Amino acid sequence: MSDPVITVKDIVTQFGDNRVHDGVSLHINKGEIYGLLGGSGSGKSTLLKEMILLLQPQSGDITIFGHSVINSTESERDLLRQRWGILFQNGALYSSLTVAENIAISLKEYTNIPMTLINDIVRMKIDMVGLPAHVKDFYPAELSGGMVKRASLARALARDPKLLLLDEPTSGLDPIGAESFDQLILELRAMLDLTVVMVTHDLDSIVNTVDRLAVLARKKVAAQGTLTEVCQNPEPDIKAFFGGKRGQARLHQKIWNDVNGK
Amino acid sequence: MRLPEHTAEIQAYQDTGYDIALKSKGCWTVNSIHNVVESLADFCQKYKNSTILWDVSAIEEIDSVGMMVFIRYYDQLLTNKCSVTLKGVTQKHQRLDTLVRQHSVSALEKNTLPHKNYLLSPFHSVGKWVVGLVTELILFMTFFGESSLIFFKSLMHPSRIRYAAIVKNIEQAGLHALPIVALTSFLIGIVITYQAAVQLEKFGANIFIVEMISISVTRELAPLITAIVVAGRTGSSYTAQLGVMKITEEIDAMKTMGFNPYHFLVIPRILALMITLPLLVFFADIIAIFAGMLISEIHLQLSFSEFLHRLQNVLDMKHVWIGIIKAPVFAILIAMVSCFRGFQVEKNSDSIGRYTTISVVNAIFLVIACDAIFSVILTELGI
Repeated sequence: MSDPVITVKDIVTQFGDNRVHDGVSLHINKGEIYGLLGGSGSGKSTLLKEMILLLQPQSGDITIFGHSVINSTESERDLLRQRWGILFQNGALYSSLTVAENIAISLKEYTNIPMTLINDIVRMKIDMVGLPAHVKDFYPAELSGGMVKRASLARALARDPKLLLLDEPTSGLDPIGAESFDQLILELRAMLDLTVVMVTHDLDSIVNTVDRLAVLARKKVAAQGTLTEVCQNPEPDIKAFFGGKRGQARLHQKIWNDVNGK
Repeated sequence: MRLPEHTAEIQAYQDTGYDIALKSKGCWTVNSIHNVVESLADFCQKYKNSTILWDVSAIEEIDSVGMMVFIRYYDQLLTNKCSVTLKGVTQKHQRLDTLVRQHSVSALEKNTLPHKNYLLSPFHSVGKWVVGLVTELILFMTFFGESSLIFFKSLMHPSRIRYAAIVKNIEQAGLHALPIVALTSFLIGIVITYQAAVQLEKFGANIFIVEMISISVTRELAPLITAIVVAGRTGSSYTAQLGVMKITEEIDAMKTMGFNPYHFLVIPRILALMITLPLLVFFADIIAIFAGMLISEIHLQLSFSEFLHRLQNVLDMKHVWIGIIKAPVFAILIAMVSCFRGFQVEKNSDSIGRYTTISVVNAIFLVIACDAIFSVILTELGI
């Protein structure tokens, strides 16, 4: 469990005069579900975008699977892009393709797998994310919000990635849908040996799924570690994040059990 | 950065106690599995009622796709009544096997596509096209009716008309279109003057260039060219604007807040275009005649004052009026079609582009068809 899949070192990001990150460092270990937390505008989605090569930080380094993504050639980047799956906040399914075509597209483009086998793979992935089989011929516009997230997860899983990056996977879902989505992430992690990074501010999914987490505040990592460790951090930003009424109610039980159990 | 060389391999060899033995090697993953699919298929066809040893211990890496291929052919061997002994199965393999089996949906529904009859399919597509056309026509009629109703209602209560929206639309569709209308009509003026000048010079009838240009431009060319430019420029933007509003559910929001989208979106656009297009046509008249005057001066040595003097005598006001009266009709057609197509946009990225194209094509066609009708009627009436 100890070798890091992603290492982020001293990242500085600036948009115009607005500095978003000022020396952000963290590491994500193999096989864990890692939460990136922070208030709106704290730069957690920006950090995720820098990891997946959509943005370039001003300075610092990000290493994924032992290779730097900042100073990489285009062919290295292509190899990297084959090894992760990404779930965007609003699904980002290709709206002119059906669900099955969305899932199959990277298999069709990048592998030589025969079409009949691709169809079987697509059916399996659809079933794996808990969607009924008939949605494969639906267009994204015909799906509900929760189904879009699941279909998009199936697309992210199409090529059996070892690293899954999720941008607010439970936002916009009802509590039941969100909980079953969390459950799904846990199951998939266990079954497929995934390392999962998720940007979230859903306290329930933090408590239920996340192994370790980092809280971004004031352009830096305010705290990093397991939930219990982070909650015991006396920093005011952490207190503000977890200390509100919602945080208290949700966390109380879990922390109480953890602390007393030791 | 290099990824490990991706190859999946399968080898057959002889082993005591078995008819045949298989050895799987390498990475059985999504990127390399295609290497073995064919040879596996051949192999599984060949062996029936045999005892087989399948050694999987040399597989370095396997993922769900690799496992799926394995399961597929393993099961096929079993259905061929072979007895298969596996060697080197790890716990991870078993877990993956359970996972894939659990989520494999039966392939029974594979051949559910209806059989296509090639003899009947032309009839099928023609029928579909006709039905589509009729449905569209009915929908357009409905749209036309509803817009007209709201339009007349607005005329009864002029205070309810959205004047601010009209002015904004006039600015976009009229003021901002002046340069392109000027350029096209100037060029049209040049083209017809040149063509006519060559012919008229042969007869020494240089002075008739004035009639030639002024009547053809004011009566036909300026309204037509302006309408086509406006259909391409403003019509497409109307379709795209309304289409985006439909996709972002703004139109639904308006409906729920009691704002009639016809009243707020369609009528201002129609009115704005009805006001703008005649003005643009008049502007185009002037520019095209000016271009003609310029070329006459250069090419036919007809001075500006001679040209203008002649123009006052030969150009009946009725020609100018006919051109200008056509404009609001064209405007209604363009605005109606483009708004109608805008409301048809669906929630996917293709459809805005598709409907914008359709809208422009429809609008240009309708403008030309309508112009032809005008020509026939007015000529028959002797005007």
